[in-house]
Formats: sequence, C-alpha cells, structure tokens
Amino acid sequence: MKKSRILLWLYAGLVALWLIAPTLIVIPLSFTNRPSLIFPPPGWSTEWYANFFASAQWTSALWNSIKVGALVAVVATTAATMAALALTRATFRGQPIVYGAMLAPMIVPPVIIAIGIYAIFLNQGLTGTLVGFVAAHSVVALPFALIPILASLRGFDKRLEAAAQICGATRFAAFRQVTLPLIMPGVASGALFAFVTSFDEVVISLFIQSPYLQTLPVQMYASVTRDTDPTIAAAATLILILTTLLVGVATYTIARRNRVIN
Amino acid sequence: MTTATTPAAPAASKRRGGDGAGSWALLLLPALLIVAIMFVLPVGIMAWRSISDPELGLGNYAWFFGNETAVRALARTFWVGLIVTVVCLALAYPYAYLMTIAGPKATMALTLLALLPFWTSLMVRTFAWVVLLQDTGVVNSLLGYLGLGPFSIIRTTTGVVIGMAQILLPFMVLPLYAVMSGIDRRLLLAAESLGARPTVAFMKIFVPLSLPGVAAGSLTVFITALGFYVTPALLGSPDRALISQQIFTQVSGLLEWGKGGAMGLILLIFTLLILGVGGAIIRISQAKRSG
Repeated sequence: MKKSRILLWLYAGLVALWLIAPTLIVIPLSFTNRPSLIFPPPGWSTEWYANFFASAQWTSALWNSIKVGALVAVVATTAATMAALALTRATFRGQPIVYGAMLAPMIVPPVIIAIGIYAIFLNQGLTGTLVGFVAAHSVVALPFALIPILASLRGFDKRLEAAAQICGATRFAAFRQVTLPLIMPGVASGALFAFVTSFDEVVISLFIQSPYLQTLPVQMYASVTRDTDPTIAAAATLILILTTLLVGVATYTIARRNRVIN
Repeated sequence: MTTATTPAAPAASKRRGGDGAGSWALLLLPALLIVAIMFVLPVGIMAWRSISDPELGLGNYAWFFGNETAVRALARTFWVGLIVTVVCLALAYPYAYLMTIAGPKATMALTLLALLPFWTSLMVRTFAWVVLLQDTGVVNSLLGYLGLGPFSIIRTTTGVVIGMAQILLPFMVLPLYAVMSGIDRRLLLAAESLGARPTVAFMKIFVPLSLPGVAAGSLTVFITALGFYVTPALLGSPDRALISQQIFTQVSGLLEWGKGGAMGLILLIFTLLILGVGGAIIRISQAKRSG
C-alpha cells in the first residue's frame, strides 16, 4: 500500500509538471540575448521587452486587448447578472431552451461562430472596429460569466431581499443594497472569467481583425507564423504576469470578502 | 450567511401578481439579444450560405462527401479527438484519485495546479509548445543529451496531440475529481474486510462508481477537441489539417463561403449528435444506478 502511494505521487507529480512547466519556458526565453528562440539562452538581456514597448504594433495590440476585455467584462457580466436573476426567480415556459441557448456558444466550435460573424461584419463594415470586437467576444464570454453568477444566486437566501422590500425598499434598491453585495463574489468571478475569455480569444478575432485593430492573441498568432523574433516571448511573459496578477488579486479579494460576510 | 432575521418572509415571498412575466422577460432581453445577434444569426447565415452559395441546392454537401481531402480531415479530427481523450483520461485518472485521498493541503495544491492552466492564455501555451517541440527545440536538445533523436515532432499529428492533451487536461481532472470525491470509501473497506485484495476492491468498486466522471470528462474533452483551431494550425502539418483549419482556409483564404459553411454545418451536426448521444448515455446510466 505504501509503495503504491509513492508511485501515485510520482505519477501525479509528473502530470503536474507537464501541466505547468511547458508554459513557464517562455519566461527565460524572453530574457535571451540572441535573436532566436534557443533554449537555454546563451546569455541574458532585456532588449525584447524594450522592443515590445517600442513597437507600436505590440503596444497597441496589448492596449486593444485590455480595452476590449474590460468592455466585454462589463457587457457580459451585466447581461449575465440580469439573465441569472430571471432564470433563478421566474419560472416560464422554454426556460431550459433559454438557458441552453446562453450556454451554447461555449460548446459550438469557435470557427463556426467565427465565419458567421465574419459574414455579418463584412456586410456591416464592422471588421476591425471596437464595437465589433466587444459584441463578438461578449457572446463567447456570456456563458463563462453566467455560470458563477447563477451558482451564487442559487445559494442566496431570497428572504433577505423580501425582508428589505417589506422594510420599504423598492425592488431595485433591495437588489442593489442587499442581493448584489451578497452575490458579489459570483459576479466578480463572472466578470473575471469574461475578461479572461475575451483577452484569450483568437479564432473569431483572426477573422474580424483588420490592420487598424488587432488584439494581442492575433498579433501573437501572426508573429508565430511569420518570424521567430523573441519579442513574442516577452509578450507571452507579460500576458502570463498580467493574468496571474489579475486572478491572484481577484481570488484573494473574493476569499477575504467571503470571510467578512460569514 | 443568514444572520439577518426575516420576520414576515413567507408573506413577502409570495410573488406579487401582475409585474411577474413582463419584468422577467425584460431582464432576459440583453443576454438574449447578444445570443441572437452574435450566435443564432451567424450560425443561421452560415447554414444558409452552405445551401445557397454559389447556387441554391446541396452542391456544397455533394462536394464535401465526394472530396477525399475534406472527408479525411473530418475523420482525422475525430481520430485526434479520440487519442487526446484517451491520453487525458490516462493522465487525469490517477491524478484525480490522488486528489481524493491526499490531505486537505495537498488536495488544495493539486487543485490549484490543475486549475492554473485555465487562466493561462491558449495562445501562450501553444507558442510554448512550438518552442519546445520544434526541430531545434528544447525537447530535441534534451533527447540529444541522451543520444536520441532529433525527432520531428512539430508539424506532425503527435505534436498536435501533445499540445491539445496538455491544454484539455483540466477538463478531464475536474469532473473526475467531482465524482470521485463523492464515492463512499467505506465501500472499499467493506470489500476488503470481506476478503477482497485492495486492487480487486478498487477495480470492482471504485472504478465502476467513478464511471460517470469518466463519461462527463471524456465527453467534454472530445467535444472541445473537435473545435480546436489554433493548436493544430501551429503545431500540425498543413497537409494533415483538421476540419477547423479547412473551414478557415475555405472562408478566409479561398472565399468559398458555401463550401466553408457546409463543412461548418457538418462539424456542428456531428458535435451536437455526439453531445446528445453522450449526454443521453450518461443520463440513462445514472437513472439506472439510482433507480
């Protein structure tokens, strides 16, 4: 029994290593002093970071991704919170269909959604526009925002809201001052999921991009296929740092809030 | 959580008649609009183009099933999806099992490690695999130290499977863990006290009870794998393309909206069929178990 336990730990350790280690390789690579992606780097420098921040293409792609992601987080989280309220409070005919339709963009292969959206955008002149990106990303982010918000609403004691209404609060005030603060951890994780989904979206973005508006993943995709310049490793490291920070801060705040409420 | 007292709750929780339906519909409106305009409409347009571009009829579908490259790409997509699912299962099963028997701190760490990739950009991870697997990459230099290789891994289906399996592994670990952690371990003790060897008890009791997790995880991984584009495009070879890559080329490169649309619809129908059948199997077996 003991020996099998050790073997199991060894196996799981290798799996964990396989999950984490390959991605981390981009960090040392971004500090190489050679213009190629050789590992281990023969020497160190920060020139690829200087290159990244000096390049209008990379910095505008980064900025666009942050802008689109933030707007998508607002749009998708607002729509998801409203929908989650309706889905948990009301019973209406076709409810499973409505719920299914909202989750569907998560299951359907992105390339299918992408070519359909591309057809519409070409027609309406929306390719390479901020509005277009936010709209297209919102539909794939919606289910990721909806799931945690629904979960927190299901665990919420509706009588608290009712009590507030009895004490004279309007429906909206009761929601704003009682329900929303209590389901905030769910809403915050929903917003975070929405942001990360948009920040990471490649396939639809590859279709709806234009030379005027590219997001970071699109720029990375082009860079992998075009050149082997280590600037892309610097970009990858920056993405890793940004998402890790974001998730770390969010997890910490949500955990702290939970402790305060309990 | 429920520190506030709610004196007259029952009376208040009764829904106040009239304002029901209308306001709920209004709350659903924004999400439904997003889904209608950015999902239902695009898929509809794609389906319409598949039967109307360049002319009305089923020409594009006839083209697809008469075209060896296209049919092969579809078959290859299923094949790659299947291998990726099996690899994920083989890696995730012992991992998830360990999560259920390790101490709380270790379980926390294992969960965190499995969840971490969720937050890591798909593009970054695929790029990392490109660097690792290329002909002069890390894997080949490591193999070189051992006197092996170099192997060409990138631009082969093996490379695609390695990358996709790593990216999809969390989707297998989490449902497995969810089911395994709900299994009553006293059943194993009971079997052992009745004389079963630990391995026999494990195979005859634990494994069958964990099958719903296996089914859910495998279905998720397989379905997601069918739709992969970026990883096979960057790690695979162009002449061994998967269906998503061919759809991309048809529409973006050749402007063949009809053919691309037909391929898209065929992929969509297969995806939904597998999801429907897989979901039904899971539901039926669960009903049998509990009934």
